[in-house]
Amino acid sequence: MIEVSGLSKSYGDYQAVAGISFSAQKGEVVGFLGPNGAGKTTTIRMLATYLPPTAGTATIAGFSVTTQADEVRRRIGYLPENPPLYGEMTVREYLKFIAEIKGVPRSATSKRIEEVMERCFVADVANKLCQHLSRGYRQRVGLAQAIIHDPEVIILDEPTSGLDPNQIIKIRQLIKSLGENHTVLLSTHILPEVSAVCDKVVIVNRGRVVVESQLSQLSREKSLEQVFLESVSQEDSVDAAA
Amino acid sequence: MRNIWAICKRELLSFFVSPIAYFVITGFTLLVGFFFFNYLSYFQRAQQMAPMLEMRGGEAPNLNQYVIEGVFQTMVVILVFLIPLLTMRTIAEEKRKGTFELLITSPVSVGEIVLGKFASIAIVLLAMLSAALIFPALLVEFGNPEVPPILSGFLGVLLCSLGFASIGMAVSSFTENQVVAGVASMVTLLLLYVIQAPAESLGGTWAEVFQYISPIEQLQDPLRGVLSLKSMSYFLSMILLGLFLSRRALEAYRWR
Repeated sequence: MIEVSGLSKSYGDYQAVAGISFSAQKGEVVGFLGPNGAGKTTTIRMLATYLPPTAGTATIAGFSVTTQADEVRRRIGYLPENPPLYGEMTVREYLKFIAEIKGVPRSATSKRIEEVMERCFVADVANKLCQHLSRGYRQRVGLAQAIIHDPEVIILDEPTSGLDPNQIIKIRQLIKSLGENHTVLLSTHILPEVSAVCDKVVIVNRGRVVVESQLSQLSREKSLEQVFLESVSQEDSVDAAA
Repeated sequence: MRNIWAICKRELLSFFVSPIAYFVITGFTLLVGFFFFNYLSYFQRAQQMAPMLEMRGGEAPNLNQYVIEGVFQTMVVILVFLIPLLTMRTIAEEKRKGTFELLITSPVSVGEIVLGKFASIAIVLLAMLSAALIFPALLVEFGNPEVPPILSGFLGVLLCSLGFASIGMAVSSFTENQVVAGVASMVTLLLLYVIQAPAESLGGTWAEVFQYISPIEQLQDPLRGVLSLKSMSYFLSMILLGLFLSRRALEAYRWR
């Protein structure tokens, strides 16, 4: 469903992403893990067709993010780091607008809106203005926005940041259930989140993939925490030596 | 088409939920009303002196020339200052709030974003200028002005305001900062407004060029009741140029 090969992004001399490759199958929840500044958001933005890569290729559902961006856009749901809400709209108005621009058929729109509001636990604020929502609600409206058109691939950039523990559990359950018939790519720096919801983990550091593995395989040998710390600190010591 | 309309509706909602549209429309009609009153009293004084003028072979003061042309010309000056306030937020604010990322990653083309936003501003401007039509309407009710120059003048001012709006939007697409967008478009429009000033002293080809690109010069025809191809194509090309630049700026933004 997602095939990334040698994807790079550089700004002048600075390489934010240096040749990332990984893949995700249909129905898989992939955790994209890495310390701050590892290039997670930049990679995700390239996959969501917001930033063009400087090198490498990526395909989503068989379409290239550079040459067939429009086809990709029809098939992804994307939640950026900061939920992209219009403060002066109510939650329902906002979701209606999103449904329109994402091409949800007009006859299905209001049913879809009620469904996703129910699923993302925002039905109780349906008529509130987005600017009056708390951080947790904003995050969940952002999530509702990403799944309203039932996309094949869902890309989430730190979806649980700013949520309280109770909400985190609910959102993780939601993501897990989305993984049953969608492909989900989820970036995070919270290790337990990956163990809780993901089937596969991709660890990046300094713009490179350092580990790509099925979670079931991983936990047989070492805990995720061990793997993460080892892979991230190894890279650092190699760099320091060189 | 559906996307353009969706974006246009959303923009209109922001205009009318926030106080921006109400303030701009109220301010505009207030100022136009003030100038209308001034031109009227000026006309009245001229009328009192009319017998003297006519004795010397002058023409009797004419309502169209004294009041209506004056009001329309003043409208353009007010628009130079008000339109940047309407357009400065259009794209700059989306970039700042991160909703631009949402629009770009949706199956909506950059052209549709630009056209939807422009359509919403056009609707606000149409509402605003129509509200100010009350003043010429009063003259038609209580006086005897010629109606065709009022209609063609209105069309001229409307096209001019759309041209200003599309330039303001283009400026807004180049920046994330609303204040920068506002000031830069105000300066651009003001320069455009006064560009024919040095024409006379320059002379030659430059004089003709400056006069051609001056909106005041181009408004002369419609204000006199003539819908000339020259001025219509001038205003249409100004609109198209602004839309084209906005689209280019947004496309370029992705590729930085």
